[in-house]
Amino acid sequence: MLWDALTLGLGYNATLVTIGAALLGVAAGVTGTFLYLRKRALVSDAISHATLPGVALAFIVMVLLGGDGRSLPALLLGAAVSSWIGLMCVNWLTARTRLAEDAAIGAVLSVFFGFGIVLLTVIQTMNAGRAAGLEGFLLGSTAGMLFNDAVVIAVGGAVTLALVFVLRRPMGLVAFDPEFSAASGVNVGRVDLAIMGLALAVTVVGLKVVGLVLIVAMLIIPPVTARFWTDRTDHMAMISGLCGGLAAWVGAALSATAPALPTGPIIVLTSFAIFVVSLLLAPERGMLAVGLHHRRFQRRVHMRQGLLALAQGQPIYERFTLKLLRRAGLAHADGVATEDGKARAAKALRDEKRWELVRADQAFESAAVQYDGLREIETVLTVDQIAEIDRRMGGPTGVMP
Amino acid sequence: MTGAEFVPLSLTPLLIGVFAAVACALPGNFLVLRRQALIGDAISHVVLPGIVVAFLVTGVVAAVPMLLGAAAAAVVAVVMIEAIRRLGNIEPGAAMGLTFTTLFAAGVLLLEQSDTSGVHLDVEHALYGNLESLIWLDAMGWESLFDPVALAELPVELFRVAAALVGVSGFLWVCWRPLVVSTFDEGFAQTMGMRTNVIGMALVIVAAIAAVAAFDAVGSIIVIAMFICPPAAARLMTNRLSTQIAWSVGFAVLSAVLGYILAGYGPLWIGFDNAVSAAGMIATVSGVILALTALWGPCRKRLGAPAV
Repeated sequence: MLWDALTLGLGYNATLVTIGAALLGVAAGVTGTFLYLRKRALVSDAISHATLPGVALAFIVMVLLGGDGRSLPALLLGAAVSSWIGLMCVNWLTARTRLAEDAAIGAVLSVFFGFGIVLLTVIQTMNAGRAAGLEGFLLGSTAGMLFNDAVVIAVGGAVTLALVFVLRRPMGLVAFDPEFSAASGVNVGRVDLAIMGLALAVTVVGLKVVGLVLIVAMLIIPPVTARFWTDRTDHMAMISGLCGGLAAWVGAALSATAPALPTGPIIVLTSFAIFVVSLLLAPERGMLAVGLHHRRFQRRVHMRQGLLALAQGQPIYERFTLKLLRRAGLAHADGVATEDGKARAAKALRDEKRWELVRADQAFESAAVQYDGLREIETVLTVDQIAEIDRRMGGPTGVMP
Repeated sequence: MTGAEFVPLSLTPLLIGVFAAVACALPGNFLVLRRQALIGDAISHVVLPGIVVAFLVTGVVAAVPMLLGAAAAAVVAVVMIEAIRRLGNIEPGAAMGLTFTTLFAAGVLLLEQSDTSGVHLDVEHALYGNLESLIWLDAMGWESLFDPVALAELPVELFRVAAALVGVSGFLWVCWRPLVVSTFDEGFAQTMGMRTNVIGMALVIVAAIAAVAAFDAVGSIIVIAMFICPPAAARLMTNRLSTQIAWSVGFAVLSAVLGYILAGYGPLWIGFDNAVSAAGMIATVSGVILALTALWGPCRKRLGAPAV
């Protein structure tokens, strides 16, 4: 059943929903990357909630003009206009008053949403029967998705992706270093607006599939996930698009397999599952990798301290150090060094002395900055340099009786 | 309008609206000042899964389990945000957005999966509340306020919201000094020996209690309006905290009363014959108040710092 759904074998509507959702997921993931890098991920929350009054007003206007009121492009146009106004309000409140951006976001999203609900109740009293579709914009409703709707999503997503591709350089630049980009002639305000505008486009296009409360997740979770896997903007955008598309594909397929599995929430939860896997397993940034790295570092510190203690004949009380030394065959259970241990300890002490000379000498400055108490001196200096240091240090000499 | 009409139909929703607005606006002042305004956003979203889980565990829609469930969900959300932020090294805004959308999605899914058709619990209700239905059918007029039989039939939500308001005010009263110091200068508060993270957590829990009490009446998203708009508007009116709180309470009461009246009677005045959503109108009025203060408030500009 699930395999059928994943391979588009569950009938026309399920196929349409799955493809539409996946396209949307890719577009949202790629666009959200820049929003996240610009550290303004939550602006998307304001944008998405601000679509509601626009949808409702567009519906009212269409009905007043004698139409059916359910033309998706017109509703989406209304959504785009009102969320643009909301975005301008956030920007204006942040720039012109003392309110911080978070307060501006919260104020705009709640007020616009509240006004949208007022308009929804107006619509309910206008003609209760035909308004039923509008509630679908809150949490998404894919059940009645038509071919035209899928086309709107596909075209909207493709246009957004193309614009992201064109604008990727200035957007990346502004996200990382707004001052530098301003100094090199990029209009930061306008690029910011472009980032927000693209997020807005994705939000509006995605309203029908996941609804305005959860579209935020499609813009935020994939970029956060992608950030674990790479340090390059272009790779991040691609991975993010991939994660978003995958989550949407799997989520839509899952929700098609049973009746009480709403598409939007399932997509969000799938996306979150991918995030959790990345959080745990990603190389370098994942928790497992960080934990292993920390563990390795801890061992090196203990080993080093243990060897220095052995060399200077100090007793070792730290259990973990003793265990490491014993396991490496460098010390006996009572903390006395083995022959091997004595040799390694002497080497460690000698290296420490070498480092001392290196760090005291201006000529070795570039090598000295690499000292962190653990680094092997051979990895920093050449054999000749070490020989030079050793010559200055001098060999062991006897004591005159 | 006579008392015989006003008391049963409008008095209790009006009071509940006012109490809910004030109960949210009070902790909202501190959330706005701490730049944690969106914690209110996150809380009001995660209240839904908390309530659904409480319902699934207990099987009844009752005040205490719902309150506990929602408070627990708020704590889970805050811990999750912190954990994701620290473990993944992710900026707080994104961690917050990730957490509350996921929890909200989980709440919607649980709601769809469980058989809640028989009880008063659905997503639309959770999002925009149902203030108008909280009427006091047993009242005959003003004299009912002194009639113990009629008073016993007051909607239970009124007591819940009033209790939340008392609790929130009590918390602010008791913790005023540490709260103020840690809000304005966290480092100083720490050197004074205050446990700032405990205070921050307590503030979040109190906000969650206010949110869940108000949630019942006004729905989860409009709770955010009450958390943010009145305090933000008050912030543009004054530079003193106590004055700001007074303004915010005033604005909250004003938006609740004006919003309720406009929603109930506004459409009648302009010729329609049906009321609109009171909760939505309250949020709208609070937004209008914020817009007015943002345009003409005496302290609307940033002091000292250049406009960014």
